[in-house]
Amino acid sequence: MPLRQDIKKVLVIGSGPIIIGQAAEFDYAGTQACRALKQEGLEVVLINSNPATIMTDKAMADKIYIEPLTLDVVKRIIKIEKPDSLLSTLGGQTGLTLSMQLAEEGFLEENNVKLLGANPETIHKAEDRQAFKDTMESIGEPCIPSKVVETIDDAVDFAGVIDYPVIVRPAFTLGGTGGGIANNEAELRDIAKNGLRLSPITQVLIEKCISGWKEIEFEVIRDRKDNVITVCSMENFDPVGIHTGDSIVIAPAVTLTDREYQMLRTASLNIISELKVEGGCNCQFALHPTSMEYAVIEVNPRVSRSSALASKATGYPIAKVATKIAIGYTLDEIINQVTGKTFACFEPALDYCVVKFPKWAFDKFVYAKRTLGTQMKATGEVMAIGTSFEQAIMKAVRSTELGVDSMNMKKMDSIPTEELLQKITKADDERAFQVYELLKRDITPEKIHELTMIDIWFLEKLNNLVKLEKWLAEGELTEDKYLTAKQYGYLDSTIERISSQKCPMRKRAVYKMVDTCAGEFKAETPYFYSTFDEENEAKQFIERTDKGKKKVIVFGSGPIRIGQGIEFDYCSVHCVWTLKEEGYEAVICNNNPETVSTDFDTGDRLYFDPLTKEDVESIIETEQPYGVVVQFGGQTAIKLTRHLADMGVNILGTSADSIDAAEDRERFDELLEKCNIPRPEGFTVMTTEEAVEVADKLGYPVLLRPSYVLGGQNMIIAHSEKDVVEYMGIITRTMIENPVLIDKYMMGTEVEVDAICDGNDFLIPGIMEHIERAGVHSGDSISVYPAQTLSQRIVDTIIDYTKKLAFELKVVGLVNIQYVVYNNEVYVIEVNPRSSRTVPYISKVTGIPMVDLATKIMLGSTLKELGYESGLYKKSNYVAVKVPVFSFEKLQDVDTMLGPEMKSTGECLGIAHNFEDALLKGLIAAGYDLKKEGGVLISVRDTDKQEIISIADKFAQMGFELYGTSGTASVLNRNMIATNLVRKISDDEPNVLTLLESGKIHYVISTSAKGRLPARDSVKMRRKSVERSICSLTAIDTARALANVLMSNRSIDDVEMVDITKI
Amino acid sequence: MSLFNQSEKAYLLLADGTVLEGRSFGQKGTVIGEVVFTTGLTGYQETLTDPSYYGQIVTQTFPLIGNYGVNNEDFESDKSYVSGYIVREWCNTPSNFRSQGNINDFLVSQNIIGIHSIDTRSLTRKIREYGVMNGAITTEDVFDKKDELLNQIKAYTIKNAVKSVTGTENRVYGSEGSKYKVVLFDFGYKRNIRNELVNRGCEVTVVPADTTAEQVKAMAPNGIMFSNGPGDPTENTDVIGNIKEIAKLGIPIFGICLGHQLMALAHGGRTEKLKYGHRGANQPVIDLATDKTYVTSQNHGYAVVGDSIDSSIGTVSHINANDKTCEGIRYKNINAFTVQFHPEAHGGPQDTDYLFDEFIKNMEKEMQ
Repeated sequence: MPLRQDIKKVLVIGSGPIIIGQAAEFDYAGTQACRALKQEGLEVVLINSNPATIMTDKAMADKIYIEPLTLDVVKRIIKIEKPDSLLSTLGGQTGLTLSMQLAEEGFLEENNVKLLGANPETIHKAEDRQAFKDTMESIGEPCIPSKVVETIDDAVDFAGVIDYPVIVRPAFTLGGTGGGIANNEAELRDIAKNGLRLSPITQVLIEKCISGWKEIEFEVIRDRKDNVITVCSMENFDPVGIHTGDSIVIAPAVTLTDREYQMLRTASLNIISELKVEGGCNCQFALHPTSMEYAVIEVNPRVSRSSALASKATGYPIAKVATKIAIGYTLDEIINQVTGKTFACFEPALDYCVVKFPKWAFDKFVYAKRTLGTQMKATGEVMAIGTSFEQAIMKAVRSTELGVDSMNMKKMDSIPTEELLQKITKADDERAFQVYELLKRDITPEKIHELTMIDIWFLEKLNNLVKLEKWLAEGELTEDKYLTAKQYGYLDSTIERISSQKCPMRKRAVYKMVDTCAGEFKAETPYFYSTFDEENEAKQFIERTDKGKKKVIVFGSGPIRIGQGIEFDYCSVHCVWTLKEEGYEAVICNNNPETVSTDFDTGDRLYFDPLTKEDVESIIETEQPYGVVVQFGGQTAIKLTRHLADMGVNILGTSADSIDAAEDRERFDELLEKCNIPRPEGFTVMTTEEAVEVADKLGYPVLLRPSYVLGGQNMIIAHSEKDVVEYMGIITRTMIENPVLIDKYMMGTEVEVDAICDGNDFLIPGIMEHIERAGVHSGDSISVYPAQTLSQRIVDTIIDYTKKLAFELKVVGLVNIQYVVYNNEVYVIEVNPRSSRTVPYISKVTGIPMVDLATKIMLGSTLKELGYESGLYKKSNYVAVKVPVFSFEKLQDVDTMLGPEMKSTGECLGIAHNFEDALLKGLIAAGYDLKKEGGVLISVRDTDKQEIISIADKFAQMGFELYGTSGTASVLNRNMIATNLVRKISDDEPNVLTLLESGKIHYVISTSAKGRLPARDSVKMRRKSVERSICSLTAIDTARALANVLMSNRSIDDVEMVDITKI
Repeated sequence: MSLFNQSEKAYLLLADGTVLEGRSFGQKGTVIGEVVFTTGLTGYQETLTDPSYYGQIVTQTFPLIGNYGVNNEDFESDKSYVSGYIVREWCNTPSNFRSQGNINDFLVSQNIIGIHSIDTRSLTRKIREYGVMNGAITTEDVFDKKDELLNQIKAYTIKNAVKSVTGTENRVYGSEGSKYKVVLFDFGYKRNIRNELVNRGCEVTVVPADTTAEQVKAMAPNGIMFSNGPGDPTENTDVIGNIKEIAKLGIPIFGICLGHQLMALAHGGRTEKLKYGHRGANQPVIDLATDKTYVTSQNHGYAVVGDSIDSSIGTVSHINANDKTCEGIRYKNINAFTVQFHPEAHGGPQDTDYLFDEFIKNMEKEMQ
């Protein structure tokens, strides 16, 4: 039976801001869902607070609300829009939880809204620990011995029964937040306490620890006719004990015999049938390594990160199919788009192997605890496809942009074997590289298996690479050796480095198709991966489908990481759409399985491969494009520019030379001088001694950063010589070849502009002003459009500077410029001749399709032809406030204090008719609960003490109880603001920590001259706030903005909901 | 298998003259067969020991074969029946707690000639486009006597397939005094057909392919099972003749794969050779009675032409969701049903094992 006739208008709830555990995969799923619904002629209403997503694009839904994802807001939108159905399973845990709450309250029924995808009973059975266990037991599927408890004492009692170690899993938290492995009672008390608090229903599961078992996942789909299929199996390289989001994953499962495979596959089908999921479902199993014993670990009755991975790994679009099922179709009615002939009711057959490798942010969070466990820490991931495991993992590691081109990680060289052996037992983000180093030192796979329980199969495969490298290093580099190394996934440059010889020949990659059926049926999927055989299916495909169109390659942005998020995928996808509209063939190269850009039907062709020089070279050789686009793929794509230009490839838009002029410090200084534009004084240094000397000359505070920065990576503000020395130490240790820049640090208002330029005209859609003063990274600042406090003179200056810079840099396309307004003067901080993080949101609130315009301009059009005048575009009737979102609770020991290095993982937007309301919405969307009573703990550095007085006063006026550490409290009390003195952490209890534990505190305002080191009191205090889920404000300006919002006494109920399609 | 641990060269010569260079694994020498491909991701051991592959050179589309080694429990028959074996890469460091050795040693022990380092996807696409074709694997210099070998390849047909794989005497399995007595015709049966019956409380007598109706009658079974098997079904004229008589005994019948085809031939149906067959563990089959689709394990090159069976004799009960070919027949005046796919799995999905329950029910009904 096709489409249900009682469905006309569907509400889709998105997953909100990107946080660890809930990333771009839900934009991919949501976008597929919206498209599938629209294809059926249904009206789509969308709510998502994340403005950087593709799903919140006008083309995706009929009504779009970029509003906070809270129960009240969703209810109001249901009242306004009166949808007849709600799709619950495509918006991650956020969407699912909201849907469930709405259903359980009876709200949906009252408002005649049908719940599609999964019913409340299904969700309950899958998500409530006890209900899940009971359900599994009723169908004979084994679970791990466990018990749901609601108190710490019950947890300890049960652990006594099943014996340590035990795993603590809080109910209803994302990515396992608040969970962990406890080896003894003390640890258990600690973890359980935290887990109980984080669980919205104060429940944790205490579970027998089965670390070391194989971790196997199945993606399953069911329709209402009870047709059930599995799309893909996946096996974790890292056994049970490490969150699957932090594991290297291979698809399909490789170490299972058919018996084991079918046993778990059948179990998956039984589970989804019992849960009556209509759509996609993820089943995770633990399989005993030396018996047929298994246990169901977890079931997610919705699309997930794993389903996105499975979709990309197989070519089977799970989210699309799940959506069609939700609105009434059955699997046997849905055509397999890949073959165009067969149906969705089949199981994909792979004729390659897929490796997923996580991407962590530890390069930014130098002091974060890197140990991996049941709580996910990765911000993103890459996927690689190969004809062997070795080839796939080699591709995967170079896609992660870790600065490695193989499994050899330089810093492992100097670590003693004993230490490495210890490290692999504990498992951190670099374990695969540690294991590799140990194999190189002739530690046997058996020994490593014993310590890590990583399956011998994987270790032997890595050992093959070790052997190959030894073979390459000895004797002549013959063609035979060279070709073998190519098959194993080595780049020419790596082969030359390892063998210390020139390659005897150059073998370019050929491309094979991902077709869901291992070649059994003829497919026309334009989805390719590289390998080193003879037959080039991509080339055949291009010849077969040639329509005489010009081809343009768009390079994507790789894995999601802090500083390079989903925004760049938004830009890449928009560029592709525009290219297609303009009559070009658009080709995408990217390696991130979570994204819309790597959906095989986004572009005309997709190459799922690493974005390194050589990988890209082969693609260009096969494609022979008219031109390439690098400005939408973040730094990942920009890094390729020079090489592409050297190859003679036509770079559309801003030239390689201009990009270099903006990034090269000296050339950029010359340019500024020529334009007569000031910038904070600064110098380039190479050594610690130079750095100290220059810093003295400039006067503290100074800003330090490596040249070629991304998201303020490794950027700090130094207040003293000691800071400079510490910083230079870290930088020189982590293999930075580029020089370090030192600038005078100006604490003024930060202003940001994205502009489009065609060489003769320039368009500024809007000027954004940051609430936090310069010094807080622009990505971590609350950003307001349009700017609220700038004088006309300053605005005019900014327009003038933007024009000069865009013209002088010969920008064709997009440029992002950051300014600081200091003592009523405008200074330039940074110019990026590429798309930026703010492009999606500014496009949405101004209605200017920035990427589309930029793309058309790159293809030769002009702003005038496109109907735009030069200069600043008229202000919108709305104010939009972008509020950053952090994932601090997932990252132990990371200082939460904001600074020049970016720390946020995502963002939300508040849109309203005035600034106050927009900020209110933005803060609520970002998770601030805006309590109007309770305690405020204030502890600020000396330089902030004067400014804090007026802010503290506001809290006091509102009736908050104030607490302060000695210095702060005495300043406040002297200024007649009654403040309780709290003892420092180093003092006896009760001290600051006791107070934070007490539950009395609702807000913490903490700034310190120094941070980062986890051992510092200020850092400990901020960490404790995060662990206790206390709203922690680490910039004076944020605190003031929040106080003002609270003072205004407005509630979100007073603020209008905005359908952005009407802007 | 490490690619750089170079073994001796081997060649795959196809009937159209294509030569693919690879490397030797398993036994050395030259072998001719019909080149087919299977898309199963797991289950290579079951494939190698499935008698239905008699006379065929099997290509695995999944590139990594031998990952979990070979063990004594997962064989579907006593030996390997494939003529040759083509893989992209075999694993010399298998890992599984039940593994007793690697696949290379197994092939050597079975005297099977294999070839690895072949672009199996390219080969599969070729077979898909041209249909199944004959070919040879050789570890000798192929260019030396290419024409001679090519003539042999072209002349090759799989003959006397069932006769070559069937047993010669009756063997009884399952505990004596079991509730149901089943005669299982060995056309090259897979062990798990027998096991599925035994597990359901049957005493199974495996009988040679040429067992006659009288002999069956003398055994007085409660049910008769026609097994899978290799080759062109139409060459089994004697067996087909026997089946005509056996069907008249009034004993419930269940047929799988070749058994399904032979039943159809015995009842006026026709079989045809598919372009490249169905081999794998992901074939969707629609049960027309319930309109449900099941994922099935398959291995067949021939199929029953659905409308060749007179509707008064039997009706098509299952079809393949992809190419709509006949996947099952329910007979009208006799208590019999047959399916083209493999409900016994091994390797492949167990989703249709309920058919064995149905067979038991059919026997139960007759017994009452």
